Amino acid sequence: MKKTVQKSALAKSASKAATKSAGNSVALLVATKKGGFILVSDPKRRQWETRGPIFLGNIVHHMVLDPRDGKTLLMAAKTGHLGPTVYRSTNFGKTWKEAAKPPAFAKAPDGQKGLVVDHVFWLTSGHHSEPNVWYAGTSPQGLFRSEDGGDTWESVTGFNDHPMRSAWTGGGQDGTPDGPKMHSILIDPRDANHMYIGMSSGGVFESTDKGADWKPFNVGCVVDFLPDPNPEFGQDPHCVRLHPLNPDILYQQNHCGIYRIDRSSPENGNRWARIGEKMPKAVGDIGFPMVLHPRDPNTCWVFPMDGTQVWPRTAPGGKPAAYVTRNGGKKWQRLDNGLPAGQAWFTVFRQAMTADAHDPVGVYFGTTGGEIWGSTNEGEKWTCLVRHLPHVYAIEAVELK
Amino acid sequence: MKVYIPSPLRSYTAQQSEVQATGATIAELLTDLNRQYPGIRFRMIDEQDAIRPHMRIFVNGEQVWGLDTSLAAADEVHILQALSGG
Repeated sequence: MKKTVQKSALAKSASKAATKSAGNSVALLVATKKGGFILVSDPKRRQWETRGPIFLGNIVHHMVLDPRDGKTLLMAAKTGHLGPTVYRSTNFGKTWKEAAKPPAFAKAPDGQKGLVVDHVFWLTSGHHSEPNVWYAGTSPQGLFRSEDGGDTWESVTGFNDHPMRSAWTGGGQDGTPDGPKMHSILIDPRDANHMYIGMSSGGVFESTDKGADWKPFNVGCVVDFLPDPNPEFGQDPHCVRLHPLNPDILYQQNHCGIYRIDRSSPENGNRWARIGEKMPKAVGDIGFPMVLHPRDPNTCWVFPMDGTQVWPRTAPGGKPAAYVTRNGGKKWQRLDNGLPAGQAWFTVFRQAMTADAHDPVGVYFGTTGGEIWGSTNEGEKWTCLVRHLPHVYAIEAVELK
Repeated sequence: MKVYIPSPLRSYTAQQSEVQATGATIAELLTDLNRQYPGIRFRMIDEQDAIRPHMRIFVNGEQVWGLDTSLAAADEVHILQALSGG
């Protein structure tokens, strides 16, 4: 009963937000291999102004707005040669200040090899009841928490020092080419203690005590690259999303397909279901990003890539397209109107696709070739918003009030 | 002693390429640098007290490898970066 009441409150709040957002401009917070950029639209989302670069030459993996105050930005950055850090702006990017204590693992006892943060990969603002709390996921896989708005960061020892951490993460050889990552840090809007994380590799993990302990949450997710295709952990979720209005529903773009789970289901509340099998066989259901509709928990978008043979990780056949489902994965629709019809070999990274809160929803993605594409009608028609940026790592859409 | 700062770290030193710092070892020198220019040490030295890849430290023209290297007041320290990449 409690959950139903809270869900209803969340739905009302989102409905109000959609109405309000109709006249808002949208900003896209763009993280690239060479710095940050902010694209700002007019209220109709037709004209876009590119601001930046911010910290030119820095490798920016994620730039995120604090939804609790609407003006604080956090940016995960490093250069090719300097150590990783976090920058913070309290005026929507006008000025920035470096974190006094960036995320770092604990110093190992003498004679032992300790972990070193290579880069901060993912930033998530905390629960609305904890206004200064942030979480950061790193490469290699580590979880860090700030309680002062991102200025100082502490290790979440419940994960980083967990006796199973090494087994869960698979060590340094079991990750993406530029390092294994913790990503998809999800906070249940109903309960600040309830969290999920995703790891490439490692799988999805759940905590019900604010990170003090974790349990694998991968039942149903096949791992076709391991000897045992149904292990407890060792999966490779590329991007996991929790629906803000119905936090019992999660979607996952995995290395081995597209998955969905409804935690409220009496029969299948603890088992992921592969919903990508309804995708066209010639396209497959491999990709990086997963984007949810801000109001409809049955609608989500993916951007498939070629995961055959040596894994080119480009648009299948050089014909890029997003796909949308509007019924929780029972059926998928190709969305390629306006996109190149062929010989287009870019990739869309796991954080590089996003949606705004308008009605109809604006959907946006950035490419490895430095283009940002957008649609003001939920993917029915795409327009290139900007070209010639550096390799795009992440995009977050935010409403400007 | 005189410490030469590479361009990627000069945002910490108000764009100064040469600064003064003290210490009987590289570790102490870095502590003093970080006291004067907060945050600069972590960009060079990781949380396990290792010099980060591509970062090189020279004392009087000779490369040093550990933070326990002794220093004298008249020494000159060059902090350099191997700026490879693309």
